[in-house]
Amino acid sequence: MRTFPPVDVVIVGGGWTGLLMAKELGARTGLSVAVLERGGRRESADYPGTMDELDYAVRLHMMQDLSLETVTVRHDSTQRALPMRQYGAFLPGSGVGGAGEHWNGISPRFLPDCFELFSRTVEKYGAKRLPADHAIQDWGVTYDELEPYYTRAERMLGISGKAGNIGGKKIAGGNIFEGWRSAEYPTTPTKIPYFSALFSDAARTLGYHPYPSPAANLSEPYTNPDGVSRSACSYCGFCERFGCMVGAKAQPTNTLLPLIQERKNISIRSGATVRRVIHGVAGGEKRARGVTYLDEKGEEVFQPAELVFLASWTLNNTRLLLLSGIGEPYNVQTGTGTVGRNLTHQVALPAATAFFEKTLNRFMGSGAAGVCVSDFDGDLFDHSGLPFLRGGTLLAMSMGYRPIANFGILPPSVKAGWGSDWKKAALEYYDRTGFIGFSGEHLAYKGNYMDLDPTYKDSFGDPLLRFTINWGENERKMAEFVTPKAVELARAMGAKEVSSFPDLRNYDANRYQFTHIQGGTVMGISPDRSVVNPYLQHWQVPNLLVLGASTIPQNPSAHPTLTILALTYRTADAIVDRYLKNPSALA
Amino acid sequence: MRRREFLTLSATSIGGMLVYSLDRKPFRLFARTEQSVRIPLRFFTQPEALIVAAAASRIFPSDETGPGAQEAGVAVYIDRQLAGPWGRDRYRYTQEPFEENAPIEFGYQGKATPRQVYREGLKDLKGFDQLPPAEQHNKLRQIESTLFFSLLRRNTIEGMFCDPVHGGNIDMVGWQLIGFPGPRMSNYADVDKHFGEAFRPKLVSLRQMGNNFLPSEDEE
Repeated sequence: MRTFPPVDVVIVGGGWTGLLMAKELGARTGLSVAVLERGGRRESADYPGTMDELDYAVRLHMMQDLSLETVTVRHDSTQRALPMRQYGAFLPGSGVGGAGEHWNGISPRFLPDCFELFSRTVEKYGAKRLPADHAIQDWGVTYDELEPYYTRAERMLGISGKAGNIGGKKIAGGNIFEGWRSAEYPTTPTKIPYFSALFSDAARTLGYHPYPSPAANLSEPYTNPDGVSRSACSYCGFCERFGCMVGAKAQPTNTLLPLIQERKNISIRSGATVRRVIHGVAGGEKRARGVTYLDEKGEEVFQPAELVFLASWTLNNTRLLLLSGIGEPYNVQTGTGTVGRNLTHQVALPAATAFFEKTLNRFMGSGAAGVCVSDFDGDLFDHSGLPFLRGGTLLAMSMGYRPIANFGILPPSVKAGWGSDWKKAALEYYDRTGFIGFSGEHLAYKGNYMDLDPTYKDSFGDPLLRFTINWGENERKMAEFVTPKAVELARAMGAKEVSSFPDLRNYDANRYQFTHIQGGTVMGISPDRSVVNPYLQHWQVPNLLVLGASTIPQNPSAHPTLTILALTYRTADAIVDRYLKNPSALA
Repeated sequence: MRRREFLTLSATSIGGMLVYSLDRKPFRLFARTEQSVRIPLRFFTQPEALIVAAAASRIFPSDETGPGAQEAGVAVYIDRQLAGPWGRDRYRYTQEPFEENAPIEFGYQGKATPRQVYREGLKDLKGFDQLPPAEQHNKLRQIESTLFFSLLRRNTIEGMFCDPVHGGNIDMVGWQLIGFPGPRMSNYADVDKHFGEAFRPKLVSLRQMGNNFLPSEDEE
């Protein structure tokens, strides 16, 4: 195996967190930084002319190649897991920019109590209200500590929105339930298309507090504090599963890559598939020595480094620790071990599907253009008499409605599935249909975790990552509670027919539910229950850090990208301000 | 290498578009001149292509609500998809063991590729294109719970509404039916207007935008 000359910092994964860390460390310290991305090269100039629903949104051109590696899924630890043979529940990205290239751009903050979920819930309702098999824990960082980093992340992305709480002062029109913020959003809210405007009016009529979804898709031209300029969104409707044609949607390639390309001390090596983190003991302390990877020619190389960051998304961060033998794998029988624990997904429901008489012009839109209602989020409503904890946000998004995915979605009164009657109904309803979505919290449970599959292998012969995951009664009761609210909203919007989401049963690996998988390498205040400390530094290996949603202890209902960027900024500060002067434990 | 198979078609050529019909019926909506075109097939044999064309026309018929699978060239679209990476499961995880009868929430767990599913499914439809429409309809009713039929139905919708660069949705006939304008670069001036009324801007396709997009089925 060839050994490359050492670098100061090696970062596994070239998505949002990996490139943000590369840019922060590279620009602020002059350290040599190598980013290893197993997918291909990408630039924002690649995207104009790729607005093809079939290849990008149906055949999923930008996602990881499942023929090489996938995950296996089962509902409990007594079952044999089956591989996700084609994409279903979530869509991990590949290539420079990662999933940050093809996201929708919805960018809320988490509610303040999400960071102290265990303490706050016990404080208010008592420990008996927690599910018996829960694995809920505090993060070890509070909202107040993270607020300045949220602000930095919002300014980097140029988030378009309307504040609902500046310094504790509630502001009508924004999300009055959000945590305090130190400043207004960097740019004004996006335009509100017709379907979302109908929802906003209906929500107000019903006494709720609708607000425009915070968007990383710019409402107006914007230059961020790094000096990167982007243009305004054109509402073409090709966001999710696509790269932005005009550079309005914040993506690593249009927001971070231009800064990285200016720096000689940062290199991005694409086609570099990291197989193992190499580690040993030096001076009585466990240390990562670097990583081995296959380069784009398939040759295995060793890249030594002083600091190693895993930034390769929830699945691969967890799998690399398991394959490298770093830390103790979680054992569901004994409850010991930490690597793989606290697997959560978001509860994502098309809660109500509304069928209208009026045409909606749904081809016009933007990934994060829409209206949200958070009156049933978190602990914002009293749960004393309710059979569940926590909640989520109702969303009426106008993301751009494309025909292959949406033709043939019909009200229950239409029975035909093909032929003339079906065609006639499908043509009538095609542009008269809208979804009220729900994104809710998924609590952490002892029985939901990741480990290595004993049967199925990747293209190198390494075991696949195995999901053991299911919904608990808490999620099912929450879905039962919120679905009628969505139906009521749809009726108030003037829908002539409404269908609602059936009961939430087993975790469905085949239905898309947002790409927001969390856990596996969670942060916390105790090494017995977490892999990394609140600065995302490995408890036992101080020169190894883990970035991204794999560090989130349980799902907090809102979309996670903004939060993981805020956490990445906080870690970058801790490295630059403290670790480089005294390379030791940060917490 | 197999013998090259062609279909000799009655077709109309408008603006570089080639095929409108696979079964010799003239396409009325946009027909200006009639001419004969030989379409090279990439996967199907000629008899198979005629069966697929006929079956797609029962799923998405040409009727009083407008043109259907026949005019959109759905069979040509499906032929190209099956010949390409999707047809041979290039991007699917295909390692053993297969659990053919897994619950639906684990997605399709079978071994057969789309090509194999079509080839097998078409064996049961020999002579289908020669049947009168009512009998075709009954025949499809009998197989509508099969994997083959669900693929055919899904591929028919794709062939109706994909960008014409993929061989279906010829002359954007599917998009015209539903008022989808295609990859329109900007809706900035219109997105918060036209509330309650249909806004139907001029349609555009990828090729009309002048780019050289390479569809995935043409990748090596």
